[in-house]
Amino acid sequence: MKPKLNFEWLHACSGCEISMLNWGEQLLDLFDQVEIVHFPLLMDHKYGGQLGEGAPLSLPEADIGLVSGGVAHQEHLQVLQEMRKQCRTLIALGTCATHGGIPAMRNQWSTADTLHTVFTAGTVDKEISPSSAPAFLDRVYSIDEKVRVDVSLPGCPPQPQLIGAVIKALVNKDAFQLPQKSVCETCPTIREGKKKMAPVQRFLHNADYDRDQPVSEMQCLLEQGLVCMGPVTAGGCGGKDTPLCLQARVPCRGCYGPVQPGGNQLLDMMNALASNGIDHRALVDRKSLLRFSGAHGLLKPARKKN
Amino acid sequence: MAQVIHIHPVTRIEGHASIAIHLDDVGRVSDARVEIAALRGFEQFVIGRPAEEIPRIVSRICGICPWMHHLAAVKAIDGCFGVTPTPAGHRLRELCQVLAHIHDKILHFFFLAAPDFVLGPDSDYSVRNIMGMVRKDPELAARVVRMRQLGQMMLERFAGKAIHPVAGVVGGFAKPMSNEERQELQRDAALLLDFASFALDYAKDKVFGRFQEEMQSLGAITTGFLGAVDAQGNLQLYDGLLRLMHPNGKSVDFPASDYELHLSEHVEPWSTAKMVYAKSWREGFSLDPAAPKGIYRVNTLARLNVCDRIATPRAQAELEAFREQFGRPAQGTLLYHWARLIELVYACERTLELLADDAITDSAIRNPATPQAGRGIGHVEAPRGTLIHDYTTDDNGCITKANLIVGTTHNIAPMNLSVHQAASSLICDGEFDEEMLNRIEMAVRAYDP
Repeated sequence: MKPKLNFEWLHACSGCEISMLNWGEQLLDLFDQVEIVHFPLLMDHKYGGQLGEGAPLSLPEADIGLVSGGVAHQEHLQVLQEMRKQCRTLIALGTCATHGGIPAMRNQWSTADTLHTVFTAGTVDKEISPSSAPAFLDRVYSIDEKVRVDVSLPGCPPQPQLIGAVIKALVNKDAFQLPQKSVCETCPTIREGKKKMAPVQRFLHNADYDRDQPVSEMQCLLEQGLVCMGPVTAGGCGGKDTPLCLQARVPCRGCYGPVQPGGNQLLDMMNALASNGIDHRALVDRKSLLRFSGAHGLLKPARKKN
Repeated sequence: MAQVIHIHPVTRIEGHASIAIHLDDVGRVSDARVEIAALRGFEQFVIGRPAEEIPRIVSRICGICPWMHHLAAVKAIDGCFGVTPTPAGHRLRELCQVLAHIHDKILHFFFLAAPDFVLGPDSDYSVRNIMGMVRKDPELAARVVRMRQLGQMMLERFAGKAIHPVAGVVGGFAKPMSNEERQELQRDAALLLDFASFALDYAKDKVFGRFQEEMQSLGAITTGFLGAVDAQGNLQLYDGLLRLMHPNGKSVDFPASDYELHLSEHVEPWSTAKMVYAKSWREGFSLDPAAPKGIYRVNTLARLNVCDRIATPRAQAELEAFREQFGRPAQGTLLYHWARLIELVYACERTLELLADDAITDSAIRNPATPQAGRGIGHVEAPRGTLIHDYTTDDNGCITKANLIVGTTHNIAPMNLSVHQAASSLICDGEFDEEMLNRIEMAVRAYDP
C-alpha cells in the first residue's frame, strides 16, 4: 500500500504549496508514490464530513504530514493538533511553521491593537469588530511551540528540490541530510576581509557590480555597506547555486531563519556587524532583523508608557 | 427542521474559506455565507518599517501572486519617495508581472477548476482533483505541470526568486537583462503562447462546450465591474486607469490615486474579510440577494468587460468571439474561466511584445531614491483583481499608515451572492447531496479566491 500524505496550511500564504508544485514533472512521480488523503489546495476532503454535517474536525491517518504556516487562531490550533495525532511523521514546512515567518511581525503589537488597526484602516465605512475576533490567539506561534515536530524545513519558501527530497526519503525510509551552512557559506561573492567594511546604508541604490560579470565577480554586499543577513541565515535557497536574492543582486533578508534552529537573527546580526566594526545604531528598525523569526517569544509588544 | 450545511473548508481555492448554508423549517435556503477567518494584520505590522523594505514584506500576503503585492508596493513607495523609475525599470517590472500571471492562470484552470468539468461535478471527491486528471490524461497533465513550472522558472532564472520576489526596488529594478537572458525568455515565451492557445481550444472543446448551460446559470448574478484600461481603453495589467462599470453598462474612469472617492470597505460581523463596494454609486452596500447594493466584481471577467479592446492580436480575436456570444458586460459567473484563458493568451503575447523591444536590455534600471515624508498609492491588476497599496511615510521614510485593498476582497460580496444563488437554485425541500455541494463550491472556484 502506498504511504498516505496529509498537507495542511495554517497562518500562511500558500507559497510553500506553490514551491512544491514548482518541483515540476517529478511531482507526477510523487503523485504516483504516495496517496494524498487530505490537501485543501488540491483535493476535496472536508474537516467535518463530506455532506456538510458539521461534525467535529477530523483528518485521515497519514504516514507523512506537512504543515505550512504558524498558529494564530483557535482553528489553526485544532487543525494542528489533529494533524499531530493522525500523522506518523510531521514536517514543519517553511519559515512560518518553523519560526513564525513574516506574519509573526505582528507579535510586536497586541492582537487587540492589530484588529483595531485593520478594521479602522483607510476606507472602512464604520468600525465593527468581527465576532470571530476572540478566537485569535494572543500572538503568532511557530508550530513547534504547540506540538512535537519531527522535521523542520525552513524557507520562504523552501526550495522545491529539498521538499521533494525529504518526502522521497521518508517514502523510501532513507536517511536524509538537511543543509547546515549559512547563506554566506554558499555565496560566491568576493570578500576582501574585515577592514574593508563600509558604513551600513539603506537599500536605496543598487549594489555596485559589472552587469557583464557573474555574481562571483561582485564584491560581498555587506562589504559594500548594504545590510545583508547572509551571515546569520540558514542557507540552501539556491540549492547548489548562488543564493536566490544574490542572483538578483539584492541582499539577503533572512528568510530561512537562523543558521542554528534556536538562534536569534537579531543578536547574531548585531554581533556580526560589531565584529566588523560597524555601529549598529546606523540601522533603522533593528527589530526587522527578526522579520522571519519573531515566534518563540522573540518579538513582543513594546511596554506601554504610562 | 431548520439546519445549517457546512462546507468546511472550501477546497481547490487559493486560500482559507468556508461556506455556511442555512435551511429553514421547510428546507429552503434562508441564508448562505462565504466565511473567511484569516487575518494576518499587514496593515499593522508594516508600521515603522523603512518603506523601501515593504515590497519584500507584503509579498507574503500571497504566495500565488507575490509579484502583484511586490509591485503594487514598489509603485506606492516610488510615490512616497517622489522617485520616477527609469523606462527599463518599468519594462522589467511589467515583464515580471505578466509572466507571473501565466503560471497563476495555468494553476487555477488546470489544477484547481478543471477537475470539476473534466472528471465531472458528480465524480467522487477522492478522484476529482489534479491526481485524477493525471490518471485520466497523463500526457495532458504532464504538459500542464511542465508549462506551469516553465513560467515560474523563467521568473526565477531572470529575477532570482519567483515566489516572494526581491528584484523590484524603489526607483526601478535591481538587475538588468542580458541579451542571452532575453533570447532564452523569448524562446520559452513562444512555447507558453502555443500552450495558451492550445489551452483555450481544449477548454472550449472539453469544458465550455459541454457545460454551456452552467457557464451562464451557475451562481449567476448581475453586478458592476472594475478593471484597468489605458487611455485608449485597451486592457491593462501593470498600469493604467481604473474603470468602474455600473450594472447598467455606464462607466467612469479614474486614476488609482482617487480610489477613496469611488470605493469603500464594509465589515460584516461574520467575516474577517472586508468587503469593498462602489461608494460613488451612492446607494450604500447591501448583500440582500433580491436587491444588492454597491456590488461590482473584479478579476478576469471584469477586466474583459470593462476594456474596449485588447492590444495583442490573438487575445483580441478571442475577445471579439467571446463578446459575440455573451455580450458586454457578460454576467455568467463560470465565464470567469473563459476570460481567464483569454487573459492567459494576452499575458503570453504581452511577454513576447516586451521582449521584442531592445530597450528591455537597457542598463539604466534604477533611479536612486531619498527617504522622505509622503504618500504613495500603487496599483496593479492581480490575477484575482484590482490591487491597491496605499502607504504614508514620515520624514525618515518609515511607514506611518497603510491601507491595502487586495483583489479578492472586491469579490467577497459577489461571491456571497453567487453562493446564495447557487444554493437556492440547487437545494429544495431540504434535499441535497455531495454533487450539489460541489456545484455550490464551483461558483466560488470561478472567482479563484
